[in-house]
Amino acid sequence: MGAITRRQVEHVARLARLELTEEEIDLFTTQLGDILKWVDKLQELDTTDVEPTAHTIPLRNVMRKDEVKPSWPKEEILKNASDEHNGFFRVPRILEEE
Amino acid sequence: MNYETIIGLEVHAELLTASKLWCGCSTAFGNEPNTQVCPICLGLPGTLPVLNEKAVEYAVKAGLALGCRIAEWSRFDRKQYFYPDLPKAYQISQYDLPLCREGRVVITVDGLSREVGILRVHLEEEAGKLVHSGESLHGSEYSLVDYNRGGIPLIEIVTAPDLRSPEEARIFLERLRTVLRYIGVSDCKMEEGSLRCDANVNLRIKDEEGEYRTPIVEIKNLNSFRAVERALTYEVRRQVDEFMEKGRPPAGTDLSRTKVTAGWNEALGRTYVQRQKELADDYRYFPDPDLPPVVLSSEQVEKWRAELPELPEEKESRFRREYGLPAYDAAVLTASRAVADLFEETARLTGDAKMVSNWVMGEVFRLLKGAGDDLEQALRHCSITPAALAELLLFVKNERINANSGKEVLEEMYRTGKAATQIIAEKGLEQISGRDQLAGLVAEVIAAHPGVVEDIKNGKKAAIGFLVGQVMKATKGKANPKLVNELITQSLS
Ligand SMILES: [Zn+2]
Repeated sequence: MGAITRRQVEHVARLARLELTEEEIDLFTTQLGDILKWVDKLQELDTTDVEPTAHTIPLRNVMRKDEVKPSWPKEEILKNASDEHNGFFRVPRILEEE
Repeated sequence: MNYETIIGLEVHAELLTASKLWCGCSTAFGNEPNTQVCPICLGLPGTLPVLNEKAVEYAVKAGLALGCRIAEWSRFDRKQYFYPDLPKAYQISQYDLPLCREGRVVITVDGLSREVGILRVHLEEEAGKLVHSGESLHGSEYSLVDYNRGGIPLIEIVTAPDLRSPEEARIFLERLRTVLRYIGVSDCKMEEGSLRCDANVNLRIKDEEGEYRTPIVEIKNLNSFRAVERALTYEVRRQVDEFMEKGRPPAGTDLSRTKVTAGWNEALGRTYVQRQKELADDYRYFPDPDLPPVVLSSEQVEKWRAELPELPEEKESRFRREYGLPAYDAAVLTASRAVADLFEETARLTGDAKMVSNWVMGEVFRLLKGAGDDLEQALRHCSITPAALAELLLFVKNERINANSGKEVLEEMYRTGKAATQIIAEKGLEQISGRDQLAGLVAEVIAAHPGVVEDIKNGKKAAIGFLVGQVMKATKGKANPKLVNELITQSLS
């Protein structure tokens, strides 16, 4: 049995809104499985006295003062919109109500 | 059938910082769409968020005021989901290492104290605002997005499932608003969305077959205190009815996916099940590599604790002690910091706390309630300051105007913003309290009613009231009735 199943690959792809072909699912199941096996290998190391790391750079408390800086002009901001209407970004309608 | 209601709340409060959580864009409310946006809050590639230190301070102060432990180590995580109000396709939030944990809030329900546990308070960013064109979502082809709100700092406050009725849930939320406003970290305006609430509710039912818990329903986005209480009342009723009708689910039913997400339809007065966002709970949180951890020293935390103002609970007991107020009055006057300040400062200026509490809880509240349910907002936006109110109350206290005229003047002050002195002069309301001014009038009234005078002399003391009334009538109500009474009694003895 591999480190990851086809079903899990399909699930993750769906969460990331990726549409995969059958061949791609096979390929990624093998490749992701290999990566996970390699990570399993790392698990064999004894890390009893090693602190968990969430960041690779030893920084902490990087903060800024609460000061207002100019925003960008609306025209510049909306340039990145695929669609625009009256100063708003226009997106496909969202269905959620009853 | 015997059942217990179990309610837990998740409350979101926008913090009162000037700039957003990760960038310098303004947090001002109500401006033109997409004018407070930059590449950082739009999540464009190559940008880096930098944490606003004020937001950390405010979140920690909220935690301290709610009795939480403050984490020495805290960090930010990415919560991934696709929704157009979230330009990065993830929200920067906190997952397993929130800033604050394990607090408590004491509420009073029907005169009894109840403790409500706070599981956590964490810092996260606000999403943009979706505006749906057309009347309903169904009718409109597009949705419109304004990202001005996106990236404003929020705290999420999660309670333990300790609330036992819809009324308790509302009272808790009001208390929470009071505390957050006291410490000045959020303005908590539900109507502007700066305070929002999701409510989880289910029932623990006990009958002859034993105990059963109904599936938890999460009602999203409740945006008024009334909506919180109404939606929960409806939902409790609905769960009871459903159980009466259907009973327990068959044995072996998988209950792991039974948590239901619901909306609240204010107009129809009912909850409705929302289409499940597909696999929405699978957020795949992971530490945000762009943001280094936050490490707080105990000196820093203690410094912030020392900066907290007197909290409502403390103020309430001090008001009872210092001004001899009844428990109910102390609770009502301290439910809003602005009201408490109005009371205390006016009491200092007039030297009469009892009189001020009566006037504030009576006439002032009556006027403010005409401006909506939010007394604190109404008070902040009107002209009734301690100095203005004290000026009026001194007229009443010193018997320069009578209480009825006082109410009339207060209403005029509230409506026009004019000072009491000016209104009293314009309306000629000042009482005639000069003995010389009244003596002649009293003599005239006595001379005009010899029959009544005879009655009084024969022991019918109550008839004095008639003569006083005649003097009051002649002065259009401006005479000081106590003095008139005194003068009549004197001249007849
Ligand atoms: Zn920005």
